[in-house]
Amino acid sequence: MGMSSDQDEDSQSQHHTQTAERDRSIRCLVAKVGLDGHDRGAHVISRAFRDAGFEVIYSGLHKAPDEIVQAAVQEDVDVLGISILSGAHDTLVPKIMDGLEEYGAREDTLVLVGGVIPDEDRPELEDEGVAAIFGPGTSIEETIEFVRENAPER
Amino acid sequence: MNADDRELLDALLAGEHRALARTISKIENRTPGYRELVSELYAHTGNADVIGITGSPGAGKSTLVDKLAETYRERGETVGIIAIDPSSPFTGGAVLGDRIRMASTIGDMDVFVRSMSARGTLGGLSTATADAVKAMDAFGKDKIIIETVGAGQNEVDIVRTADTVAVLVPPGSGDSIQTLKAGILEIADVFVVNKADRDGADRTVQELREMLHIGEGVSFGGSGHHGADTMADDGTEPTAGTGAGNEDGGGNTDANAEAGPSGAGDDTDSPPEWTPSIVETVATDGTGVDTFIDELAAHQSFLVDSGTRAEKVRERYAEEIRTLLREDINTLLETELEEAGGVEDLAEAVRTGDTDPYTIATEVLSPVAACLEEAAVQAPGLESESDADRH
Repeated sequence: MGMSSDQDEDSQSQHHTQTAERDRSIRCLVAKVGLDGHDRGAHVISRAFRDAGFEVIYSGLHKAPDEIVQAAVQEDVDVLGISILSGAHDTLVPKIMDGLEEYGAREDTLVLVGGVIPDEDRPELEDEGVAAIFGPGTSIEETIEFVRENAPER
Repeated sequence: MNADDRELLDALLAGEHRALARTISKIENRTPGYRELVSELYAHTGNADVIGITGSPGAGKSTLVDKLAETYRERGETVGIIAIDPSSPFTGGAVLGDRIRMASTIGDMDVFVRSMSARGTLGGLSTATADAVKAMDAFGKDKIIIETVGAGQNEVDIVRTADTVAVLVPPGSGDSIQTLKAGILEIADVFVVNKADRDGADRTVQELREMLHIGEGVSFGGSGHHGADTMADDGTEPTAGTGAGNEDGGGNTDANAEAGPSGAGDDTDSPPEWTPSIVETVATDGTGVDTFIDELAAHQSFLVDSGTRAEKVRERYAEEIRTLLREDINTLLETELEEAGGVEDLAEAVRTGDTDPYTIATEVLSPVAACLEEAAVQAPGLESESDADRH
């Protein structure tokens, strides 16, 4: 194990307490949905989640809502992070939530949305069951911390 | 088994995808009670063909698995895929990327893709994989494909939980054949030279064939028949069977379908042996996938016809039992280690020169050894447990 610096040691011990509490890794699906080709953010968050000790499954670009649902159900993820920069969140997110409902996965999946979501659209998404919306400028640490604190107990 | 797990098991057997997913999570996480759950699964297994696919990173495994799944689905068979990716030894984190390549069957719930990370437990991954296969088998999948990067012993153990193992060798990897030789190449039932439209595919097929012939000579004690074959021109050798595909390099190797099982009839005296076949594919456009499937099927029927399947299954269970025992003992030892002051302090003692790892191991283990001796005197029942191990 690499414990070359204090920082490493820190994240190590953090990880250990984490696994001691849960005795398992947090599984995340990072999903790009719809006609939106901007995946730099999804890549950055995938990498950051990995470094935080999570298991990350990345969906790839241009997925349909039911494809995201399929992956989320089969992979039994704790966290579904949907990245949307196209502005179609108000139609795509509800479809995903309905799909999760259909497979009984809505209750215990932490759904996050990242991207450019106008303030006036937020309440609607939250009503749909989205746990948090991370807009531009959100720090990665903040997101990771949120996932650690809110990943569902099963 | 508690009521929740019973419910989960019933849901899995009833074909609920979520239940299968949750069962695999329990297996992966070693959630309390998972053992009873897996025990119950066993009664419902044995109907699936299990295929292991391995090869170096970038060899095209995921793409080939995708095409394989697509073809099986066209034939009306259901497919389960377990895709294993490495995890970071430092944070335990992982990016499981195989799913992206599996686009042909996306949206089809009868292809169940599950990504697993090598969580770095000793031998634990092969147990978890074998158990996940059991879950998919009980769920009713016809074909189960295990995909893993061929990088070392851990991976070799994983694919050995499969009935048939395919090893992908990219063209122009003369040198990597050398590095793969120990371990990975020995476990192959079928070699797949993927990206067969690229330069160097012919040469790779040639090199593989030569390697197989040399291997044959050894395993048969260099008998005249096989000794001669190693010298002979490829076209005349029925067991390697890549004649057609090799010439045009286009990945069309129809000859293989017939050639595969012929290894069985070679020497009437010795037990039947499977000679690995070589298939050329271009996974991106599906070339050669049908031939590949025929080869997999040929190996499956060889296993059944020759009676080696039972033996193989027995070996596999023996290995599973051993691994399970090792893990259980490992858990006991971790507790023991904690009581002995934790590994950190012991390691520090070695660093400062107060003691050495061997002395510590003996000391930590001595109460366990004492218990075993005592138990052996009092209860011969332990004997039968180690017997089971051997069978």
